[in-house]
Amino acid sequence: MAFISVFEVIGPNMVGPSSSHTAGAASIARLAWKMTHEKIKSVKFTLYGSFAQTYKGHGTDRALLGGMMGFETDDERIRDSFEIAEKEGIEFSFVANTIETEVHPNTVDMEIEDVTGRKLTVRGESIGGGKVRLTRINGVKVLFTGEYHSLIVIHRDHPGVISKVTSNLGECHVNIAYLRVYRETKGGIAYMIIESDEEITQEIVDKIERNPFVKDTMLIKK
Amino acid sequence: MDFNTAEEMLALCKKENKPISEIMRLREIIYGEDDAQTVDARMRKSLGIMRNSVHKPLNEIVRSMGGMIGGEAAKLEKRRAEGKSICGNVLTKALIYSQAVLEMNASMGVIVAAPTAGSAGVVPSVLFALEEEFDLSEDELVKGLFTAGAIGCLLMKNASVSGAEAGCQAEIGSAAAMAAAAAVEMMGGTPEQCLDAAAITIGNMLGLVCDPIAGLVEMPCQSRNAAGASNALTSAEMALAGIKSAVPFSEMSDAMYRVGKGLPAELRETALGGCAATPTGCEYKCKIFGGCK
Repeated sequence: MAFISVFEVIGPNMVGPSSSHTAGAASIARLAWKMTHEKIKSVKFTLYGSFAQTYKGHGTDRALLGGMMGFETDDERIRDSFEIAEKEGIEFSFVANTIETEVHPNTVDMEIEDVTGRKLTVRGESIGGGKVRLTRINGVKVLFTGEYHSLIVIHRDHPGVISKVTSNLGECHVNIAYLRVYRETKGGIAYMIIESDEEITQEIVDKIERNPFVKDTMLIKK
Repeated sequence: MDFNTAEEMLALCKKENKPISEIMRLREIIYGEDDAQTVDARMRKSLGIMRNSVHKPLNEIVRSMGGMIGGEAAKLEKRRAEGKSICGNVLTKALIYSQAVLEMNASMGVIVAAPTAGSAGVVPSVLFALEEEFDLSEDELVKGLFTAGAIGCLLMKNASVSGAEAGCQAEIGSAAAMAAAAAVEMMGGTPEQCLDAAAITIGNMLGLVCDPIAGLVEMPCQSRNAAGASNALTSAEMALAGIKSAVPFSEMSDAMYRVGKGLPAELRETALGGCAATPTGCEYKCKIFGGCK
């Protein structure tokens, strides 16, 4: 049986009112925020299921926007995130999609653009008690929780790329806890999600980025 | 030092000659991610957040997001301050604090889920009411939180603490069981008495449905936190007097889970039954979210 920490029972510390609709929403957006390299210029949130039905009463919108500015679940600024985002010059919008029902009840799509024009689309799900997972990156189905030190490598689907990346990590004594690979099409864009017990340093990332088949990386600290 | 059942936990308490709180603390240090110092500091931080959340809404009344609650704690406190309360100091304070935490939660203030946000008022209300009336130290309160955590952990493993899965009995019921065990240990009871108090509490709250009006964590969640706190204190008093639970904790937790699974979906946080489905409940929903004729 998986270990349950006392802080999963007495916790999380969070801005109310709902662990799934508020704390979970903040965590999803914060994970997406960690995946961006630069300051965010604009973000569009599309809400599904229960998120779409009840987001106003649960402050899901404020929590999502707060998470998108890096606020943790217990950051009181979440309550004022609209005002703060406006002051920061971040454009934001919320769309409730009540037509699409083939999704987890608490799902959100986030279309993010940073100040350099780089775009990123992430889908997140709040699965209860504040726990979350990301299930799509740029439309590709993935699974990612952010519970570990993580590295997302976007690369061409080509023989030898995965082994090269894993050996880069091994050379730097990073032990891979989980490795998952996804791709759009054969020979197309592929995603490698590496989760590790040890912190993955920028130095390792630089090494991985020297690989000509690697298009982009996202280093996500725990 | 890890345990999956109440029996295993009790055996560890006996073998190590330690209270539940210390077994739970050591378990966290051994198997969790943090060292002893960090574990203690984190629990102290949680207690600090709880302390703020039981007091702040008394002085600063804020309406909830849905507009259904706000100011209940202050109303009770006013009556208590005037010496009119019919419940006695410990229970009255527990009622006040339990309402305050839910007001804090529903107005996007910071709380500690224990075990959930909707039941976050129960554990702190009992802890701080006892602290004030019996001059308990902060260390004793932190121990109480570890004991509460141990009971919650057992319920998470063997039953459920989710209203969507097993009804309010799994949320407020679990929170009350956690608070009851914490109260017993803080007031000098044995690990067996802690489990008796927790079992009696769950038994007394079996079948409670989860039926939030408009799907929001406001009503009847807030007043159920008061019910949870009073149940916890009642059972703690009984266990401390040497009254045993007829059904042991692990069997009671199984019973709670089975009852929860037997509840129709309408009564498991879907806001389609119970209070939520009353004409008044529906009216609230229309007012808050619109979309009605």
